[in-house]
Amino acid sequence: MATLTEAPPPLTPTAPEKKPPRKRGRLTPYWLLLPGILWLIVFFALPMIYQASTSVQTGSLEAGYKVTWHFATYWDALSEYWPQFLRSIAYAASATVLCLLLGYPLAYLIAFRAGRWKNLVMILVIAPFFTSFLIRTLAWKTILADGGPVVGALNTLHVLDITGWLGWTAGDRVLATPMAVVCGLTYNFLPFMILPLYTSLERIDGRLHEAAGDLYARPWTTFRKVTFPLSMPGVVSGTLLTFIPAAGDYVNAELLGSTDTRMIGNVIQTQFLRILDYPTAAALSFILMAGILLMVTVYIRRSGTEDLV
Amino acid sequence: MEQYEPDRLTPAQVAAIRRSYRNGRAALTRRSLLRASAGGALTLGGLGALSACGIPAAGKTAGGTSAEDHSATEKTVSFSNWTEYMDVDDSGKHHPTLDAFTKRTGIKVKYTEDINDNNEFFGKIKPQLAAGQDTGRDLIVLTDWLAARLIRLGWVQKLDPSHLPHAFANLSPQFRTPDWDPGRAYSYPWQGISTVIAYNKKALDGVEVKSVSDLLDNPKLKGRVGFLTEMRDTMGMTLLDMGKDPGRFTDDDYDAAIARLQKGVDKGQIRRFTGNDYTSDLTKGDLAACLAWAGDVVQLKADSPDVDFVIPDSGYLTSSDNLCVPNKARHKTNAERLIDYYYEPPVAAQLAAYINYVCPVDGVKDELAKIDKDAAANPLILPDKAMQARSRSFRSLSQQEETAYETKFAKLTGA
Repeated sequence: MATLTEAPPPLTPTAPEKKPPRKRGRLTPYWLLLPGILWLIVFFALPMIYQASTSVQTGSLEAGYKVTWHFATYWDALSEYWPQFLRSIAYAASATVLCLLLGYPLAYLIAFRAGRWKNLVMILVIAPFFTSFLIRTLAWKTILADGGPVVGALNTLHVLDITGWLGWTAGDRVLATPMAVVCGLTYNFLPFMILPLYTSLERIDGRLHEAAGDLYARPWTTFRKVTFPLSMPGVVSGTLLTFIPAAGDYVNAELLGSTDTRMIGNVIQTQFLRILDYPTAAALSFILMAGILLMVTVYIRRSGTEDLV
Repeated sequence: MEQYEPDRLTPAQVAAIRRSYRNGRAALTRRSLLRASAGGALTLGGLGALSACGIPAAGKTAGGTSAEDHSATEKTVSFSNWTEYMDVDDSGKHHPTLDAFTKRTGIKVKYTEDINDNNEFFGKIKPQLAAGQDTGRDLIVLTDWLAARLIRLGWVQKLDPSHLPHAFANLSPQFRTPDWDPGRAYSYPWQGISTVIAYNKKALDGVEVKSVSDLLDNPKLKGRVGFLTEMRDTMGMTLLDMGKDPGRFTDDDYDAAIARLQKGVDKGQIRRFTGNDYTSDLTKGDLAACLAWAGDVVQLKADSPDVDFVIPDSGYLTSSDNLCVPNKARHKTNAERLIDYYYEPPVAAQLAAYINYVCPVDGVKDELAKIDKDAAANPLILPDKAMQARSRSFRSLSQQEETAYETKFAKLTGA
């Protein structure tokens, strides 16, 4: 368990305060925080309050909505849409694990082995971000098209037989199946995994590896006992940055999925825009937020790091 | 990278923290900051604040529906439309029909293509309209059911027939009396939209598709059939296929149609429910056949020879996108003049030649033939009598019905 505790700053109880602190100096941090706090109030706190209120209202578009403290909305929403909640979590978790498996070796390579190609590889990782999220997702429809080379190859190798048996794909196709949605999520959020991993790995002092070697650690042991624990902050923040947006995503499920891959984001969108059931939409959002917050808290506690980058 | 547990601080550590803090180097950690702001948010979000929110009832807007009409003094009109729903010249920058309107009347048109989806657009303009404020738009284009909803909510203005002589005279009979706006007091169609079945000849590989039943029942099409996310289009076509009139069906008919589609979903016959994105699936052949909007099909046919369409024997569905003037619009008269302008046959023909949807204006055939012979002969653009006879429209729904039907349909599509 890496706690990453540096030696505490030497406490020198003898050193007297030079002069009494000036009032202005003491308030400086708060003044600097002011823009951020205002931003949070306007764009986070107020919408949250509004949403919390909406979730306990009842009414209709024509009659107006009134706060009636109708908490049953939460229970109804949960009992009606729990499959979509579970599915969202499963998809987001799968995508996060895939991102970690794909991203870690790449980040490792960039940090330690890329040499002068480092910047180029970094640009290649970030470059897709210059196109819109939607276009990138739509591109996958071409890549995974039924008659395309990818599906053809998977078919020849009988991979689709196995994934079909597992229920990840249907028949001879990948599009409009759970696998397509998870692939889309993985692809879209991969850079969010690679960047923090890279930052953490890049900070590791190369001499630590030498020291491990000097102490007769084999490369795998060095990785297990030195590199990986030191990269934990990157792993934690990378998984959070991937999991949280992936759990709430609805674009991938909408474009690459089908009826049986709808995620909770799709449900919220439908409730809010189509059915105009604002209380249910708000309640679902709160349940999603609470669920993610709970999982993230447990995760951070267990991974034992507060330092996220 | 200090790490400490604030609960278990020694006095010396507390002093150290305080010191670093006084030196202006923020010793706040993320966690303490989070805690502080969460506390703040909770205080702010007291129960009183929660109940203070609420959404006022629709229609009860103070000060009536109309704003002062500034049409005479401000020679401008702000027109919000769907994307690619207007003629464009070769440079792609000018809209010839709009330019001609400005030249003739001196009224500048602020033309914005900011409507992509009825539901989203409703979400966008709802707050202003509900609060009785100007949306900044004088003319908006809404599909039937949304126009009906806005009329029901009292959020659009009654049009002045004396400003609309051409529109009154030339509106095609097919569009004259929708049950949600009989006599067209509040709205005039911009274009009509036919829902038909489109297919990709290559992907079908000899399989014949003539009806919604073929889509749902032919095992050779398993997983290669698409329906639309627009509830009325999908349900209307299915109802027609089951021998019901979408203009007057009952709850039981609706449920039966849902059950029929549900079977298609359960056995994997239906690949997915799509919005406009069916077009790429169809040209690629991922969808062999699907419900489609005729305007798209005309366009797709021109680009890809494999795509074609069929009109089921049971009939097809026609809806329309309608021009409405929202409450508190500043330039109502200018907006009405623009509506009327598009009902002059030469103008309507110019537009129809470009956008390929159903032209709602009578007497355009000759004008259109001058520009584009094929378009004038295309029954999808100018439906002939036989074609019009097979067209049906979806009846308007009460608010309760709308909620119930949309909920059932959402369940069918997975959420």
